[in-house]
Amino acid sequence: MSALQPSDLDRPALARGRSAAADTDLKSVSAALRRAEFGDRLRSLALAAPLLVLLALSFGIPIVLLLSRAVYDPTIAEALPKTTAALADWNGQGQPGDAALAALAADLSDNQAKGTAYELAKSINARLPGARSQVLKTVRKLENAGGQPPLDIMKSVPFWTAPGTWPAIASGTHRLTSFYLLSALDLRWNADGGIERVPPEQAIFLQVFMRTFFVAAAVTLATLLLGFPLAYLISSVPKGLAAILIVAVLLPFWTSILVRTAAWTVLLQKFGLVNDLLLWLGVGSDRLDLMYSRMGLIIAMTHIQLPFTLLPIYSVMRTIQPSQMKAAYSLGARPFTAFRRVYLPQVFPGVMAGCLLTFILCLGYYITPALIGGASDQLISNFIANYVNVELNWEMAAALSFILLVFTLALFGIFARILGFDRLKLV
Amino acid sequence: MKHVRKNLLALAAATACMTIGHAAFADELSIMASGGAWQDAQRKAWFEPFSKETGVKILEQEYLGDLGKVKAMVDTGNVPIDLVTVETATVLQGCDAGILERLDYSKIGPRDKFIEGSALDCGVGLDAYGDILAYDPTVLKDAPTSVLDLFDTTKFPGKRAMRKFPAQNLEWALMADGVAPADIYKVLATPEGVDRAFKKLDTIKKDIVWWDAGAQPAQLLASKEVVMTTAWNGRIQNAIDTDGKPFKIVWNNQILEYDMIAIPKGAKSPDLAYKYLAYISEPKNNAKLASYITYGPVRTDAASFVAPDALPKLPNAPDHLSGAYLVADTEFWGDYGEDLVKRFNAWLAQ
Repeated sequence: MSALQPSDLDRPALARGRSAAADTDLKSVSAALRRAEFGDRLRSLALAAPLLVLLALSFGIPIVLLLSRAVYDPTIAEALPKTTAALADWNGQGQPGDAALAALAADLSDNQAKGTAYELAKSINARLPGARSQVLKTVRKLENAGGQPPLDIMKSVPFWTAPGTWPAIASGTHRLTSFYLLSALDLRWNADGGIERVPPEQAIFLQVFMRTFFVAAAVTLATLLLGFPLAYLISSVPKGLAAILIVAVLLPFWTSILVRTAAWTVLLQKFGLVNDLLLWLGVGSDRLDLMYSRMGLIIAMTHIQLPFTLLPIYSVMRTIQPSQMKAAYSLGARPFTAFRRVYLPQVFPGVMAGCLLTFILCLGYYITPALIGGASDQLISNFIANYVNVELNWEMAAALSFILLVFTLALFGIFARILGFDRLKLV
Repeated sequence: MKHVRKNLLALAAATACMTIGHAAFADELSIMASGGAWQDAQRKAWFEPFSKETGVKILEQEYLGDLGKVKAMVDTGNVPIDLVTVETATVLQGCDAGILERLDYSKIGPRDKFIEGSALDCGVGLDAYGDILAYDPTVLKDAPTSVLDLFDTTKFPGKRAMRKFPAQNLEWALMADGVAPADIYKVLATPEGVDRAFKKLDTIKKDIVWWDAGAQPAQLLASKEVVMTTAWNGRIQNAIDTDGKPFKIVWNNQILEYDMIAIPKGAKSPDLAYKYLAYISEPKNNAKLASYITYGPVRTDAASFVAPDALPKLPNAPDHLSGAYLVADTEFWGDYGEDLVKRFNAWLAQ
């Protein structure tokens, strides 16, 4: 055997050795690359940091804090520590006994002294309509007791020994509550611990959610029917004319939504321009009630939303070469077939993006329904605003917002799943 | 769902507040009122003369009466206003909720010299106004004679506007259903009474256009959107006197109420606020508002100071109390308001 020759057996080993070396090189290169990229990413992140912090502070955290009110309500638990303790071993059946009643009396007096009796009364009232005045009445009686034992005072108010009272209080002593979320869906806990629908005269929200979705869908459809041909027209006329048409679309887009809504009230009212025109044209013999109606609301919202649907569609249409359609014709396709098989699949992402944008924006409409809609055309945002501003029941507002947010995100998720996020072309 | 314009205004006001809050110094008094002809009248009758007399600069803000804004200010501890005008039921709500300061009447004036119900623990009365019916005689040839004609759709067909709020509407519904004014609140305190009122409202529900802001009734009448509307008397009188509208007011079965002013908890200049309250509560000054808007004084000893030409237009003028009328029961609305508002909103949405 002379000098060692690389044998067949050795070859793979050598090859392995070589590839290992190459691997190491590659690894170090990619590691260096990663390091460099990481540095870059860090720098770009640092540039974006002020914005991210601002978003988190002014947007993310407040939203989470407010939404958490929907499920976290410590008011009753904090106001009634003694009662909570006394109720610890109550089985939820019948009356909890004198000890709990006495503990509640002590808690109520403490609350009156601290000035939190109203908050407590309001919180119990949300669970048990009518409780507010009973709680405050009892508090006043306890305050002016004049030597009468607190237990006797509690027993003199029939409310505290009524069947529904104690289950409501006991449920309130839990800090985490499903009460508001259930209410937002017209549901409640019944006495046996099951979930049931609320009586029909109290049920509003499901109906309002349905209405909100219906109006949003109707407006989306209307903007699509109006926007698609207009977008096609803009994308097919010469540049100068297209610019004029685009400005015509954008001009109202730049106008305040309040101004546009107010303008529609002028147009739609009983003795307004639209009714004058219809009468002059002889369309109807009577003036229509367009204001404070579903019809008027959808007309005004369609006008406001048109650019949101149109612009994504237009931006996609602009990229489609007219030569493709000509090619389709030259290959023997009829206009409709060419449109359906060549044009439509390409504009589809734009159509979906525009419709999604409009639909989601419509779900949050507030000003236009308030000014143009009638009492039965108010959307869910109007109810949320009412709970925030007028009734001061922010828990209920949070619960409604939460449900609306979940619906919206689910819808967005479904769209994104059908289309893929990268295909959604938002302008 | 109420008050869009109000919210936008309030947003603007809030932005303004932030800047004002920082710049506030001792002799500035920040008052938030509910805008429109009423705030204009307050400016002429009280803000400007008070400024001239005391050298205190008055900073005005506008909103339309929802306590949510004030609650947010008090909760966050940044209260850029010293005084806020509110409705009576709202005073009770805000008082219970600890949003409004309990007033010290020794710094304002003799409490027993106010009309009963117009000097509350957390709010002092500014004026007395009437919830009335208004119509345009050039449209409605057959003149209504009572607010309760709202419910007569055979004699007065067409849309009618009512305030999007249960108070007043439930009272009128019961009156129209035959309940005597003296028994209204007794009946309304029972579940059957509430059902009865809503059943009566049901009969005209499809004919009702709802208004939120005090300026809307006059607009709705002017645009002929409705044939009749409930309204606050001063707003309609203002449209008649300054805009030359041909509207008429029906006083029979009016509901009398008081506008209030309150100090939010944590106000920066409570002493100046009390000074202002004392100023406007003087009988002579209290009567002055009537010259600028047709709302009556709340001091029992102020009647003699009311300008003679303003007197016959006030809601509490003898002529306007000759028919049936009702004084709104603020205690009742304090106790039952929240539940009735909820029921009312559910009823509206259905």
